[in-house]
Amino acid sequence: MTATEIQQVADVLHTAETWSKSGRQVALATVIETWGSAPRPVGSHLVIDADGNFEGSVSGGCVEGAVVTEAVDVIETGQPTTLEFGVADETAWRVGLSCGGRIRVYVEPVS
Amino acid sequence: MDFSLLELLNRERAARRAAILVTRLDDSSQRLVRKEDGYASDPLAEELEKRFRSGKSGTIETEEGNVFLTVSVPAPRLVIIGAVHITQALVPMAEIAGLDVTVIDPRTAFATEDRFPSSSLKADWPEEVLNETPLDAYTAVAAVTHDPKIDDFPLIEALKTGCFYVGALGSRKTHAKRLERFEAAGVDPALFDRIDAPIGLDIGAASPEEIAVAVLGSIITALRKAPELSP
Repeated sequence: MTATEIQQVADVLHTAETWSKSGRQVALATVIETWGSAPRPVGSHLVIDADGNFEGSVSGGCVEGAVVTEAVDVIETGQPTTLEFGVADETAWRVGLSCGGRIRVYVEPVS
Repeated sequence: MDFSLLELLNRERAARRAAILVTRLDDSSQRLVRKEDGYASDPLAEELEKRFRSGKSGTIETEEGNVFLTVSVPAPRLVIIGAVHITQALVPMAEIAGLDVTVIDPRTAFATEDRFPSSSLKADWPEEVLNETPLDAYTAVAAVTHDPKIDDFPLIEALKTGCFYVGALGSRKTHAKRLERFEAAGVDPALFDRIDAPIGLDIGAASPEEIAVAVLGSIITALRKAPELSP
């Protein structure tokens, strides 16, 4: 793991703490498994608030939209969930990424 | 994630301490394993050991179902004592290998920006620099000045702090004298085996550049392979 990767992980978790402290409702998404050539490594984070603002990356832009939508639900229900994406499917290709992998993302509320 | 757990994890990161967040994916329960607390009795001890070493997060199968390990280890650092010829070769190699490099040398004729354009260079005594930025277990120290006045203090500090690698340039004879000084200074002789001396892997390195390769090889070995049990 390079220093840059570690720094990036640290930043998102720090953002999650800062947002949470300032009273925003926050969910944290984490890449927990990848198959094939996934765009972001296992352990990558995305932090999302109830309004759909986010920081970080779990797929280099490819499925962030879907993760954010699910995360807003997770914030409402308080129930963690696991999402799976085939990054190479047609939807992904249309938004410009066809890296050919699959990723599993764990989304949990910070409470 | 519990907010207090997130705070704790971030605190460990900021302090350059290793920790692993253990998440059971079936019931979402979480706990934080701090490396310095010890984890030998943990049911996942073997896996945790591997992860602390590799720094890689990942999902594992356990008797309690799938568990995700969010691994947080500080970026490995390399502190080189001595802005010498070997160092000029070692700095770029170590940076390519992913280490954060600091070069310390109080001799301003050696420690010039011309000689070390990209690295973090401290033209000051190791005593001063290490007082501001202390060593830790995720730091390697390589002392290459040949001058006991400069090398001895950071080497002793590295041994006391448990730096993952401690290397010292010099022949066997020079090193024997060094150990005599360390013993006189009250350093526990049990720690002496931790010093890589003569420095670097035994690859017959001759030029400064080749010695740099040998030193980097030793550092990576120390970082990635389980330490030998002390006798």
